[in-house]
Amino acid sequence: MAYSNKVVDHFEHPRNVGSLDKAAVNVGTGIVGAPECGDVMKLQIQVDDANNIVDAKFKTFGCGSAIASSSLATEWIKGRKLDEALEIKNTDIVKELALPPVKIHCSVLAEDAIRAAVADVTAKRDAKVEAS
Amino acid sequence: MRQVYLDNAATTPVDPRVLDEMLPYLREEFGNAASRNHSYGWRAEEAVDTARNQVAKVLGCSPKEVIWTSGSTESNNIAIKGVARMYGEKGKHIIAQETEHKAVIDPCKYLEQEGYRVTFLPVTKAGLVSAEQVREAICDDTILVSIMFANNETGTIQPMAEIGKVCKEKGVLFHTDGTQAFGKIPVDVEAMGIDLFSLSAHKVYGPKGVGALYVRRKRPRVRCEPVLHGGGHERGMRSGTLNVPGIVGLGAAAEIALREMDTESKRLSGLRDRMWKGLSSNLDEIFRNGDPDQCLPNILNVSFLYVEGESLMMGISTVAVSSGSACTSASLEPSYVLKALGLGDDLAHSSIRFSMGRFTTQEDIDFTVDKMVETVNKLREMSPLYEMAKEGIDLSKVVWAAH
Ligand SMILES: Cc1ncc(COP(=O)(O)O)c(C=O)c1O
Repeated sequence: MAYSNKVVDHFEHPRNVGSLDKAAVNVGTGIVGAPECGDVMKLQIQVDDANNIVDAKFKTFGCGSAIASSSLATEWIKGRKLDEALEIKNTDIVKELALPPVKIHCSVLAEDAIRAAVADVTAKRDAKVEAS
Repeated sequence: MRQVYLDNAATTPVDPRVLDEMLPYLREEFGNAASRNHSYGWRAEEAVDTARNQVAKVLGCSPKEVIWTSGSTESNNIAIKGVARMYGEKGKHIIAQETEHKAVIDPCKYLEQEGYRVTFLPVTKAGLVSAEQVREAICDDTILVSIMFANNETGTIQPMAEIGKVCKEKGVLFHTDGTQAFGKIPVDVEAMGIDLFSLSAHKVYGPKGVGALYVRRKRPRVRCEPVLHGGGHERGMRSGTLNVPGIVGLGAAAEIALREMDTESKRLSGLRDRMWKGLSSNLDEIFRNGDPDQCLPNILNVSFLYVEGESLMMGISTVAVSSGSACTSASLEPSYVLKALGLGDDLAHSSIRFSMGRFTTQEDIDFTVDKMVETVNKLREMSPLYEMAKEGIDLSKVVWAAH
């Protein structure tokens, strides 16, 4: 089972590796997966006041396909609005990276990570609005 | 790009000296060893007898006690199912241990469906079982103890002689899956009280698809019900025309392995220790799996905390190794062998097995160490677990959103 060129490319040159300040109100953090399952993804987004995702970062513990899926996810969500980010489906990732069936869970995890990060930043902002 | 093969526990290349011995038997000497009436048959039979002697010398047995098979999977099947069926009237209890190869576990599980009872003994953190455990597990109806000689994932060597002694005392047959030990470390079926021993050519620089089973003929005379029925070859225990070139190759491989064992095992353990020193002096939070003292000279199994095994293998792409990570297996379960040593799933996912061989050089080791250090560091920079650990978060206390 060889890796697709795109998976290899993302693995060797991962986009947007790193961390954003998880305490900031305009940063959303999604951590999904579990070490026992062999993959954990942390995906973070920074949004401006107009709900645009101005930055995205990830860190992933997992196989090459998991790393590639999260790398691709950050690339795709940057520049989108929050609700547009939610339109990304795991099947889009599967197609783009040509993932084999045993690696589909990696793409599901990436979609979950996007949702978790969006939910986090939305909740933080709602809490801030309520507090003020 | 430099290619390095460190997966010799999975299989080995055929030694050119072995191939040279085999070639005539694929060309002009193509006879059937069972043809009794012409010289083609006689010469084939003679070659098979020579190989029987060569294999017997490694085991310390009589050549008459060696039965040719297609490899260790078949040898284990004949030993376990064959003994169970032959002695089934005497008893229906078998003892094995948790880190056996699937080629032992699955025949045992199969027998369970036929009404046999199998006890899989647990192992220590180092992967060892003790003779005392075996003694305590033996019941009135125990007919067979099957304990592997050396483990294929960790290299841990079991206390064969002690277990053999207990089996003799209790009058129970003792089989061992000796696949990884054969030709690598000294074996003596007499001194170790072994009644059946499975081995395979392709792990010792012989060809794939050929192996042998040692079956004791005296004190006691062991009998196995055949798995394959047919022409009654190999004392009726394994029918089928002999794979003469393969058997010649196994014989030649056995002879070379025995002759070079002392020097080669020193060289290999030197490489293994160099590898561990190189890794452990350049990386923190790595753990060696298995027993560092009771260990094959050629296997090193290491868990690299916070990084996943398959991504490690991808990172060192021109170096061939194995991982206990689930992502590398069809079952999506991490190595049951490492889990039996008490490793958490996370550590099993982070493990790499390096297995050196006859053609491994010091340059290969140094190249691999450099590649590993670079890759582990790169992947840790990318690992959320490493980041959390550095922040002082206890990963075992985190509630994960498992999927
Ligand atoms: C310990 C052990 N037993 C059995 C086998 C199976 O051997 P074979 O490939 O000859 O059937 C292997 C190798 O895969 C092994 O390492």
